[in-house]
Amino acid sequence: MGVTIRIDNVTKRYGNNTVIQGLSTDIKAGEFFTLLGPSGCGKTTLLRMIIGFNSIEEGEILVDGKLINGIPTNKRNMGMVFQNYAVFPHMTVKENVAYGLKTRKVQKAEMDRKVDEMLKLIKIEEYKHRMPSQLSGGQQQRVALARAIVIQPEVLLMDEPLSNLDAKLRVEMRNVIKRIQRQINITTVYVTHDQEEALAISDRIAVMDKGIIQQIDTPKRIYQRPSNLFVSTFIGLSNILEGSVHAAPESWQAQAYGYRFTPPPLKEEGLMDGQRVLVSVRPEEFLIAKEGEPGIPAIVRSSVFLGVNLHYFLELPDGKEVEVIAESDLSEIIPDNTPVSLQMVQHKINLFHQDSRQTLIREGA
Amino acid sequence: MLKNSNRRGSFWMFLTLLILALFLVFVVYPLIMVLYKSVIDPKGGGLTFENFTRFFTRKYYTNTMINSFKVTLVATTISAVLGLLMAYITRSVRIAGSKTLNILIVVSYLSPPFIGAYAWIQLLGRNGLITKVVNALLPGTDFGGIYGFAGIVLVFSLQSFPLIYMYVAGALQNLDNSLNEAAESLGAGNPRRVMSIIVPLVLPTVLASSLLVFMRVFSDFGTPMLIGEGYRTFPVVLYNQFMGEVTNDDFFSAALCVIMMLITLVFFFVQRRVSRRHTYSMTALKPMEPKRVSRKVSILSHGFVYLVTALALLPQLMVISTSFLKESTPGMFTSTLTLDNYLNTIVAKNNKVIANTYIYGIAAIILVVVIGVLISYLAERKRSPVTSTLDTLTMLPYIIPGSVIGIAFLYALSRPPLMLSGTATIIIIALAVRRMPYTIRSSTAIIGQISPSIEEAAISLGASELRSFRQVTLPMMLPGILAGAIMSWITVISELSSSIILYRANTQTLTVSIYVEVIRNNFGNAAAYSTVLTVTSVLSLILFFKLTGRKDISV
Repeated sequence: MGVTIRIDNVTKRYGNNTVIQGLSTDIKAGEFFTLLGPSGCGKTTLLRMIIGFNSIEEGEILVDGKLINGIPTNKRNMGMVFQNYAVFPHMTVKENVAYGLKTRKVQKAEMDRKVDEMLKLIKIEEYKHRMPSQLSGGQQQRVALARAIVIQPEVLLMDEPLSNLDAKLRVEMRNVIKRIQRQINITTVYVTHDQEEALAISDRIAVMDKGIIQQIDTPKRIYQRPSNLFVSTFIGLSNILEGSVHAAPESWQAQAYGYRFTPPPLKEEGLMDGQRVLVSVRPEEFLIAKEGEPGIPAIVRSSVFLGVNLHYFLELPDGKEVEVIAESDLSEIIPDNTPVSLQMVQHKINLFHQDSRQTLIREGA
Repeated sequence: MLKNSNRRGSFWMFLTLLILALFLVFVVYPLIMVLYKSVIDPKGGGLTFENFTRFFTRKYYTNTMINSFKVTLVATTISAVLGLLMAYITRSVRIAGSKTLNILIVVSYLSPPFIGAYAWIQLLGRNGLITKVVNALLPGTDFGGIYGFAGIVLVFSLQSFPLIYMYVAGALQNLDNSLNEAAESLGAGNPRRVMSIIVPLVLPTVLASSLLVFMRVFSDFGTPMLIGEGYRTFPVVLYNQFMGEVTNDDFFSAALCVIMMLITLVFFFVQRRVSRRHTYSMTALKPMEPKRVSRKVSILSHGFVYLVTALALLPQLMVISTSFLKESTPGMFTSTLTLDNYLNTIVAKNNKVIANTYIYGIAAIILVVVIGVLISYLAERKRSPVTSTLDTLTMLPYIIPGSVIGIAFLYALSRPPLMLSGTATIIIIALAVRRMPYTIRSSTAIIGQISPSIEEAAISLGASELRSFRQVTLPMMLPGILAGAIMSWITVISELSSSIILYRANTQTLTVSIYVEVIRNNFGNAAAYSTVLTVTSVLSLILFFKLTGRKDISV
């Protein structure tokens, strides 16, 4: 069973530049925890603080309740997988994987057994005696993964491990990582800027921006109920429309471009009648209806047929462009410059406060 | 159209053949002359190996060979260790003034080794400054100065480690820091990480630069000549055989040249074999960065780096300061400040030394750059058996000692129609030939970074092949070429081993003059010349850093 990691109010400074200010979070035992955010958001910095490459200016990091701030990296018993693999170019696959066991002075027979077992688990036995230069990027990344987990670390840390691989390999390797992580049940902290990867692989995601965790949640919640405008636009695509909310006898009503609709249940605290809001609608949450039906009047400007679905680019009355994804069926593609009416899948959309940019959707909705 | 492209093709072909012809005349033919002379019987004209048997059967000669190997191996090893340590420490620990240190280390390398020898004699020789202090402070000791083996090794080690330092520092720049971090995360402490990761990864670079040191040390005669006293090395014998007024045997010297070439050749191939098996192509996304370390480590690192740099620089400082002092008897400087040394030398009437140095240097650089760039372009972009042959031929001077080139030139170019001995031309050509391999290698690297499709784009837009080379490829190469040219300039003006053999009174350069003055015991004059050389090198180096914006250099 894995260990827990408690990050308590940590701060990272480079000179006068504060990269992370008072960040706290708890990572559960055996969890696959992802730090997701744009470059420069502090996610790699935080990861490197956990393993000890970066110093911690303030705050504490505890592993299973034990303070690790002062422990040097080589005594922390954490495995790390690097963006550029960092496979030792002068050692064979076997020597690479055995390196961490050698530093731990594991007996020769025991070491051989562990290395073989690991190579089998990661499926690179046949490359055992090859040099890294004879391996593809994906194979090198497997070696790096094997090398990091053969030492049975308490924590596995991965810094954008897939970003140097091509798209197809990325999907394959992400499944390998997920499978192995499940199998050995190790607490894993994973850093990526690729939201699709994060959604696919994680138990929980912490979305970071400017050194601050914006939201920590399951992939599904992050996508469907983003806690603020940043998360909504960073994860997936969102069309943002200006609108307002209005008190009504049974529930709150919302309006955008004159189209009135019923949003999901709202947090009522402090909400005023006529409050300006930002309506966040994902492309698949729009429905195209005939002109004249209720909805936002719009004109189809162009369309792209992608097989599984059909993308429309429409212009709203104020000139704003929105993207709509429709299922492709056998009916005709709507010709360019056709006026239509845009409706929404009302229970799926999200509303944000215009000033605070925080979600107005009630918890659990 | 077809006719047009034929003409273009034949232009490149013509150029290739022209350059090939030049190399045949100025590299291959002189070397063949050496080989020929070494096995020809001067009396009968028949084939003989008498010169070789004479060398290998007489203890006097074989001993010089053993001495040379001893000195070279020990000095190269010390240089490698010093260079490796210096490079690793300056790359991994924050050292105050590291930029200045870097320049100072390079400066200490950019002077002919024999200047170090004569400066160290003034410090640690029989009447040396330090010798006197030691003997005065410790009565009873009778320190007789550092001559022979120890002296030669001292001078060569301090003079050569900067080369290894420069190469290894460059290699460390290409070593991604994540390799260090990976080792650390796998539980390796510092000593283990350095020994299992850093050392094996820079080993090919250490070997390659050690070879350069080896060849430089093995073939240098100035240093053992001055500080060796009874300790005779092979190059000293070669030089004496060839230049000696008492005994001079062209045919025996030729045989010695051949032996020298064979030895450097063997080492070249051994080094190539070893390196090739252990070369890893590395590019660093994030190179190592000098880190803050504990006080103890920081003090130790600073102490070591400063001490080694100071020792390496000591000869230069010694020479510069004595250049302003009055000499009472040869080698004995008083504390009276004077400009006499300069007045007697560089500003003296009819003294062309500085003019010669600059003219020969610039002429050689122009030759090297133009031909070097063309050869690398031909070998990279117009690959054919002829251009590959050319490419290989031009590497020859890389492994042939300068003195051998000098001697070979005299053998080959001293009779009509190529009556060049004693002229400025022969010195310029020798300088150019010696520097050529370095320029070709650096231009090849530069061309390798320019995608051929850029040139193809120009051609598709209607430019002729020549025009696209002139207007697209060449301008893109220019910054790199310029950087290389400045480095060539710095090395060319400090060249001694071939010019010392080729010079006449009116074609003396700075390095030759320094050597001649030292031999004549005019130490003040030597110091003045030497100072001018150092100042020129330092200014050129500063120009290099300013123009290229680089922080590191490769020689």
